[in-house]
Amino acid sequence: MGMLRIAGGRVYDPANGIAGAVREVCIRDGKIVADVPPEARTIDARGMVVMPGGVDIHCHIAGPKVNLARKVQPEDHRHDVHLRTRITRSGTGGTVPSTFATGYRYAALGYTTAMEAAVTPLGARHTLEELHDTPVIDKGFFVLVGNNVLLYRLLQEGRTEEFRHALAWWLGATKAYAPKLVNPGGDELWKGQRNANITKLDEKIGPFDLTPRQVIAAFIEAANELGLPHPVHIHCNNLGHTGNYETTLETMRLAEGRRAHFTHIQFHSYGSVAGKSRDNPTSRARDIAEFVNTHPNITADVGAVMFGRSTSMTADAPLAYMLRRFGGAKWVNADTEMESGCGIIPFTYQDRVYTNALQWAIGLELFLLSEDPWRMVFSTDHPNGGSFMTYPRLIRLLMDREYRKEQMSRVNQKALDQSGLRDCQEREYTLNEIAIITRAGPARILGLTEKGQLGVGADADVTIYEEDADKEKMFAAPRYVIKGGELVIEDHEFRTEVAGRVYHVAPGYDPGIERVLEPFFEDYYTIRFANYPVADRYAPHARVVPTAPAGAS
Amino acid sequence: MAEIMTLIGGRSNKQGTALCASKLGAEYRELCSTVEMNLEDMARLGLTNNSKVRLRSAAGEVIVRCKGRESKDLPPGILFMTYGPVSSQLMAGDTAASGMPISKNLDVEVEPVVETEAETRGG
Amino acid sequence: MSEAVRVVPDATCTFCGCVCDDMVLTVDLEHKRITKAENACILGKAWFKEHSHEDRPFALIGGREATTEEAVEEAARILAGARFPVVYGLSDTTCEAQRVAVAIADMIGGTVDTTTSVCHGPSGIAFQGVGESTASLGEIKNRADLIVFWGGNPAEAHPRLFTRYAVTPKGMYVPNGKKDRTVVLVDVRRTLSTPVADIFIQVKPRSDFEVLWALRALVKGRPVDPAVEQRTGVKLEVLQDLAHRMKTCRFGALLFGMGLTMNRGRHFNSGALLALATDLNEFTHFVAKPVRGHGNVTGADNVVSWQTGFPFGVNFSRGYPRFNPGEFTTVDLLVRGEADAALIIASDPASNFPKAAIEHLKRIPVITLDPKATPTSQLARVAFTTATYGINVAGTVYRMDDVPITLRPAFESPYPSDEQVLTAIRDRVRSLLGGNRLPPVPAA
Repeated sequence: MGMLRIAGGRVYDPANGIAGAVREVCIRDGKIVADVPPEARTIDARGMVVMPGGVDIHCHIAGPKVNLARKVQPEDHRHDVHLRTRITRSGTGGTVPSTFATGYRYAALGYTTAMEAAVTPLGARHTLEELHDTPVIDKGFFVLVGNNVLLYRLLQEGRTEEFRHALAWWLGATKAYAPKLVNPGGDELWKGQRNANITKLDEKIGPFDLTPRQVIAAFIEAANELGLPHPVHIHCNNLGHTGNYETTLETMRLAEGRRAHFTHIQFHSYGSVAGKSRDNPTSRARDIAEFVNTHPNITADVGAVMFGRSTSMTADAPLAYMLRRFGGAKWVNADTEMESGCGIIPFTYQDRVYTNALQWAIGLELFLLSEDPWRMVFSTDHPNGGSFMTYPRLIRLLMDREYRKEQMSRVNQKALDQSGLRDCQEREYTLNEIAIITRAGPARILGLTEKGQLGVGADADVTIYEEDADKEKMFAAPRYVIKGGELVIEDHEFRTEVAGRVYHVAPGYDPGIERVLEPFFEDYYTIRFANYPVADRYAPHARVVPTAPAGAS
Repeated sequence: MAEIMTLIGGRSNKQGTALCASKLGAEYRELCSTVEMNLEDMARLGLTNNSKVRLRSAAGEVIVRCKGRESKDLPPGILFMTYGPVSSQLMAGDTAASGMPISKNLDVEVEPVVETEAETRGG
Repeated sequence: MSEAVRVVPDATCTFCGCVCDDMVLTVDLEHKRITKAENACILGKAWFKEHSHEDRPFALIGGREATTEEAVEEAARILAGARFPVVYGLSDTTCEAQRVAVAIADMIGGTVDTTTSVCHGPSGIAFQGVGESTASLGEIKNRADLIVFWGGNPAEAHPRLFTRYAVTPKGMYVPNGKKDRTVVLVDVRRTLSTPVADIFIQVKPRSDFEVLWALRALVKGRPVDPAVEQRTGVKLEVLQDLAHRMKTCRFGALLFGMGLTMNRGRHFNSGALLALATDLNEFTHFVAKPVRGHGNVTGADNVVSWQTGFPFGVNFSRGYPRFNPGEFTTVDLLVRGEADAALIIASDPASNFPKAAIEHLKRIPVITLDPKATPTSQLARVAFTTATYGINVAGTVYRMDDVPITLRPAFESPYPSDEQVLTAIRDRVRSLLGGNRLPPVPAA
């Protein structure tokens, strides 16, 4: 592996306290080093900005639901094709690109790590197969455990220790990076009670003697006990519903000082006009931002909405069904035995539509009201709020208030009236803050210590942008992208292709838990217990991130 | 004397087990060269089990042996054959822009064959 | 002698789309054959019994014996020189091999198509039009109290669909198995599957669409003319009863076969059924699922989709994937005489394509990969003998419900796997072309 010296660029490396200083970044054998010999190739980065590679903490890029979303939208691929070159594969784009196009396009935006945010355990093998075909970027996935029938049974019987061991087993067996909760309790009502849904944290979950409150608290506790690098990743109940901010705050309070990550909170920050629960939503971004600001145990990603085409794809099946009412032409539902639901619907966010404009405004509000960029990080919940290809525009909306004001003038004004966006429109994000919310912050929240920073020993994932007053243009096409020390993109063109690693955890558990799990599998699953865990060869470039169980030190 | 009937192609257990052994073997060939026909239809056409019959579609024609089925199992006017090199001779190439040729519910002309004719033909 | 016998538990049968992973195989290692396949159905037993080691040439070039390496060279020469080649088949091989096959098609600017196009391709087209409410087979086992089989004969094509997944198994919310379920079967004829049904509805040939559309109307409470019986052979009361059962069940499932897709109406039939299942979700939980054929045809759909965005019939000649059934599907490419070479993996189009397509296959250089001799390998310019997936080769196979399963091979084969042969061909083609072939630059 080669050596590189990046000289003359303004470096933004917030994790190491560097905010725009001109200094050299040296690379050897895939890592950042203090210096390299004079014969090393030098990249002249004068007039350029040097940052760690981007880290996407929450996106949907691989696995069973993503592939269904790809398959169901030929119309979204044909207008956005991705040509092969001598060295790279062809593909198709749109809101759900093919795997190769996904890897190349993330890299071409300067992103070098992305986390697939919702995978059924049964779909883990499929997800790893797709990630294998997603080049350049490092990746991992969060596994859906919040509607798992066996885990529910252990919880309702008060078998807390076994619950924790079973969770650890599931994380390891699927090669997941973190546990994910989606609308806890909702699937049982959806699948078992004629498409019903759960609406309150204290509502009984169908046939179980259990409530979402108990489920969420148990997962927060178990994830902290296991010492996972990333805590439980929570998609709260009532996503998208008017008045849901109270559920969100109640759920955040359940953490009681322990770590928990709340995802795409834009979709969970809706109020209602006093006394009316069924009317148009209002913004409660201020309440949510204030809670996050004042609770250092809580981290969040925004899940901003960008106008244009999107694909709603979620384990929250009742939500997708609800969206059908708003002009959904085709709808996919896919239930996974014992584990999850799933809904997919192509969707277009329109600036003239009240609710869509409000969602757009709330996303911006959350960013602009955040006092700690390390804990309120960047996402569009790709492709739910918008494609990752809209990230440069979102960065410009945060960095350029004149552009933002101009955009605000184009959207539904009644929606803006119900948001607080006009009250916080003076703030502009700095390049250093952008570096925090798009790389350093997500890496820290994920517990990926070698990512999102350029200190000695860090992974040599580096992006070099040409400075430009138009931040959308600047962030849309970095001049150089270095992944693991390899100069993958030079002068905007691919020079080589690398595979990228898979990050996962393998927490320890009492092997006796397998004797609890196996009979359940034989009774209710349609795949043998022995055939369920994913073999190592599905993650040929795996990196196991250690856990730090409570009390182990 | 010829009649128009509806031919359905499909799978069968025997075909499935025979093709595992060999698609070039005698058993597979025989299975694919047999048409199931309603017994009343057969009687009217003067056919008995194992009689030879010519099936002709717009795409081609084959000579196969017939096997009788009662009306409750196979209604009059319906024929059944397992998929294979013989049934494919009757399939038209047009897919109506779908990629899928029609192999079920083909209109075929059914005509008894005098036993002195040539051996069973087929692809 | 005991050391020459091996027992492989939790092995997987890849004969049909059920992909049952509970086989217990007893292997005679000395004679390289499986002597017992516990839990296998009649088709699975034949699959395991008949794929013993056979003494066949590694490859044939123009009918003459050749080494694998010589055949790779000849195959690469054909593919690198072809102007409009088609890569076809893929339903009876691993996803690992399928990935390489798509890579070859991309590299040479050819077409990749799978047996899906002559199986549930129309259902794939329907899916693109209306979506689908679906479920893994375990949900049907655990929850379904109403199951409607339409246009299929699982007893003969997917025998364990009834016993392992959908009818008789006891489930979490259907603890008494079949007693807790109502089973309906809709078909144009009685088959060995018919006895499983509580209700058998015999429809006239070529009237599935009309029956499905009448059911959609009834489910939505719209009037239907009793004359529907003359067209479809089904009494209005029977349809009313079925519509009522579907609306009032707790968890319903529509499992449909090629009686819909290989028939007049094709994707309109599948689309009508998928739309019916979607409509029913206004009233209860309802899912639909195409019952897929060959062992890994579902994997082929998945691999082609994640690599290109489209499930089958994908052409790369402009440098990017294009999907157009009827244009880039294999039957059409052959019937129109367009393809100038064919790489056929684990399938036998010479046995089941229309006559005109087979005639064209005889005119162009064909490369086949198959464990056995077939009518297609007999007409091939280059015929590779490859090891059998699931029996000799490890890898991944997707069940008909998109659940991926890892294979546990029983014994080693002297022959290379499809993946190995395809990888060698890909690497050789790449060196002949100097990398991916770039598409012609369109005229200004």
